[in-house]
Amino acid sequence: MSRLKKILAVVPAFNEEGSIAGVVKELRQIAPPPDVLVVNDGSTDQTEQEARSVPCAVVTLPINLGIGGAVQTGFKYAAYHDYDIAVQVDGDGQHIASEIPVLLKKMETSRADVVIGSRFIEKKGYTTSWIRRMGVAVFTGVNSLVLGQKITDNTSGFRAYNRRAIAFLSENYPQDYPEPESVILLGINGFQLEEVSVQMREREHGQSSISAARSVYYMVKVLLAIFVDLFKVRICH
Amino acid sequence: MDRVQIVSVLLVALLLGAIFQLIRKNRLLEQYSLLWILSAGILLIMSLWRDLLHKISALAGIYYPPSALFLLAILCGIMIALHFSVVISKLTKQNHTLAQEMAILKQELQEIKKKG
Repeated sequence: MSRLKKILAVVPAFNEEGSIAGVVKELRQIAPPPDVLVVNDGSTDQTEQEARSVPCAVVTLPINLGIGGAVQTGFKYAAYHDYDIAVQVDGDGQHIASEIPVLLKKMETSRADVVIGSRFIEKKGYTTSWIRRMGVAVFTGVNSLVLGQKITDNTSGFRAYNRRAIAFLSENYPQDYPEPESVILLGINGFQLEEVSVQMREREHGQSSISAARSVYYMVKVLLAIFVDLFKVRICH
Repeated sequence: MDRVQIVSVLLVALLLGAIFQLIRKNRLLEQYSLLWILSAGILLIMSLWRDLLHKISALAGIYYPPSALFLLAILCGIMIALHFSVVISKLTKQNHTLAQEMAILKQELQEIKKKG
């Protein structure tokens, strides 16, 4: 086997003092334990202190950049410190650390640049509102149409990226609601995307960045961004 | 010169004076003043040179020539606002990049201090 790959788990966290330490501890229990980076996105609570109490690197943004800017900081850190693979994991405890090897295995076997952990490949009955189910269906439809590939879970923030994708995204990452848009961005720029079925938990603390009432606004905004992306000048890489 | 002409020339002259004063005091960078000077220049020419304003009005089917002056002024304003949106977008991106790089370097500095 080739040399051991350097793996970084990137955990964006905005006001996640209740869950962040637990998330890092859980990540460090995987064998072999990956390096963990917590990107503290200008939190106003004890997120930074909580993260520093557990074995991980903490990068604290001086201003709140939003989820896109925080995750992008993780890509920049991974590129700067020469990591082979970056795995994005939410700071709210929604993602299950022991599913990471599933992402990594898929990346190894499929030659994909990006592997997305999907809740919807196997129907496991996640309790979501009808409006969110509709949103999921719309994103799947639009992205399938544009990319000619069916991505079932476009809003999943549980993903693994290889070196090539890290280098690209550290320069170009959408800012507001980056997950569905980055799927398109990666796809039209020639990156290989794969999905693999994973389980996720119901949220432990805090609330989703997308409340049911704002779902429609969110959807329109992301669709508009995707539409604009189609006409943007392609970025060479 | 009739009254409307005097008023518009005076106003444009006031605007130009303010722009130059701001540049002189280093409160307005030259790169952001160009559109302002250009706009004020167009309005000044139109205010002084009545025949040109009348011709343009006739060409565009505007019956009341001073309306053409308003139209030009509004267009200049829109142009400047659009330019500012572009500038703000650029500044926002640069701001993001600076915050990210600074945070990454600060983390590295703390690591080095801890070890040293």
